[in-house]
Amino acid sequence: MINLEPLIFNYSKFDRKGYSLPKSDVGIDKTDIPNTELRPDNDLPEVSEIDVVRHFIHLSTLNHHVDKGFYPLGSCTMKYNPKVNEDMCRLDGFAMVHPLQPVETMQGALQMMYELEKHLCSISGMEAVSLQPAAGAHGELTSIMIVRKYFEERGEARKKVLIPDSAHGTNPASVTLSGYTAVEIKSNPAGLVDLVNLDKALDNEVACLMLTVPNTLGLYEKEIEKIAELVHKKGALLYMDGANFNAYLGFHRPGDAGFDLVHFNLHKTFSTPHGGGGPGAGPIGVTKNLAKYLPVPIIEKNGDKYELNFDRPNTIGKVVGFYGNFGVIVRAYVYIRMLGAVGLKEVSECAVINANYIKKALEIYYELPYKDICMHECVFSSDNLKQYGVKTLDVAKRLLDFGVHAPTIYFPLIVHEALMIEPTETESKESIDKFIEAMIQIAKEAKENPQILKDAPKTTPVRRLDEVKASRELNIKYTKV
Amino acid sequence: MADTLIPKELKYTSTHEWLKIEGDTAVMGITDFAQKELSDIVYLDLPEPGKILNQGDVLGTIEAVKAVSDFYTPISGTIIETNQELKTAPDLVNKEPYGKGWMVKIKVTNNSEVTNLLNAEAYEKITVAH
Repeated sequence: MINLEPLIFNYSKFDRKGYSLPKSDVGIDKTDIPNTELRPDNDLPEVSEIDVVRHFIHLSTLNHHVDKGFYPLGSCTMKYNPKVNEDMCRLDGFAMVHPLQPVETMQGALQMMYELEKHLCSISGMEAVSLQPAAGAHGELTSIMIVRKYFEERGEARKKVLIPDSAHGTNPASVTLSGYTAVEIKSNPAGLVDLVNLDKALDNEVACLMLTVPNTLGLYEKEIEKIAELVHKKGALLYMDGANFNAYLGFHRPGDAGFDLVHFNLHKTFSTPHGGGGPGAGPIGVTKNLAKYLPVPIIEKNGDKYELNFDRPNTIGKVVGFYGNFGVIVRAYVYIRMLGAVGLKEVSECAVINANYIKKALEIYYELPYKDICMHECVFSSDNLKQYGVKTLDVAKRLLDFGVHAPTIYFPLIVHEALMIEPTETESKESIDKFIEAMIQIAKEAKENPQILKDAPKTTPVRRLDEVKASRELNIKYTKV
Repeated sequence: MADTLIPKELKYTSTHEWLKIEGDTAVMGITDFAQKELSDIVYLDLPEPGKILNQGDVLGTIEAVKAVSDFYTPISGTIIETNQELKTAPDLVNKEPYGKGWMVKIKVTNNSEVTNLLNAEAYEKITVAH
């Protein structure tokens, strides 16, 4: 990369400035800053405005992003983020608000948050929502902390949380961080939760089952009601990993299906930038009897006034510094208001149709381990190309030459040589067809001239990177020479 | 896979660990087939000596470029030693899975559990079916 675009530090020239400030009309006393805090060696780049702009614009052209090309990264939902979201979150009332302002002076911001909570309640069928968790996995963690508090108050020392092997990889981490032991449940041959295995694993020590819906194979758990019944019969709670919510907006409400807790990924389902483009947001929704455990503060509406209530004796406490990633929350609110109930339903329809269209078009070229109709993503295996010495990694690298971001590979772990494709609802039929053509061509190349795949990518700013060296000897510190 | 090494004298699990028993202690690692499937290994999370584990329990975690996977306890016992060299050179598991890439030494609780393990021939069948 160094040859393609220097680091911003390399543009630095002594005393060059990208700003001009008026003369200070108050005296500056440098002795106000304690010596220990002065950092003369803090070598910040000194550059002009145009240098900064050109540097970052150039970097963005070297990179791949959803504004530049198709990004079918399974499990990550890299859908297009409408620009109206950006306009709205830059309104002064949102962009300039400070979390320590008196609440009377930020009524609009609180109203927006309050309304977003209500929208998420109606979308999920849950009783109460907290917008605080700062990311999807943080939403999981907050939920499991609520599970823990619930059982502590009941005086029950439950120890285990069950997780199907088709769940998101963050689930076991959230469980372990909360002090529980994660127990894996093997899927049945159709790729769904095996009810017999589940029933066997459900003993009185189980606090919760974490179900990813649809699961990471892109499949809808058809027996949710039965699963809920089994879990509740043992007094355990049922949690839904709602990271894949964009597959069933307006079609399925976890609250109606018997879930006790759910998290949303605003940055996946409700079109806010993520994946290096911005922070996430992982609000959670809970049933009526768990609402008292939600993190503080809670936004309440008293008459015409919105207030922050910190006085909640059963709360699990605070989970972020202030009220969550506010800018992300505004964008999700705008997205929901722009589309409305009918539009959101269409989002899911298109996401599911697009994924099934790809699945059907490619099933004769790649192996399809789970044949059922999929939801918003489909999982192939390139095991059939192994005979030509081609791996999934090679297929993914070759796709870059077609101007397409590689799909998720080698995940879910239960699929050998997995290729996990999520087209999202925002792509046109033409862009999806172009992707399908590229995938077909790659399958043919694997057979006829596998070396093309092994040498790929050829058209990207950098070729194959040494991932092993990057993992074993990672060094990302800038040192001035 | 034709070019996969499966030494005759070792015992195997269906989860791709090998075990070599010497009296009441045993040494384990992952098989050549497993290291090839995982590709370049970059980090190993090995158990602390003194830990008591049952056959089939998660013994540690392997991080490869491709994916992170658990590996399992081939035989019940107490951990007596782990391969310290793997801390700085995890690639030894790729280079010599049955030699310098050994992972954990276990003081065996119950020798009869060996009957639950596979011989080389039975393990080979699993790798071929893959």
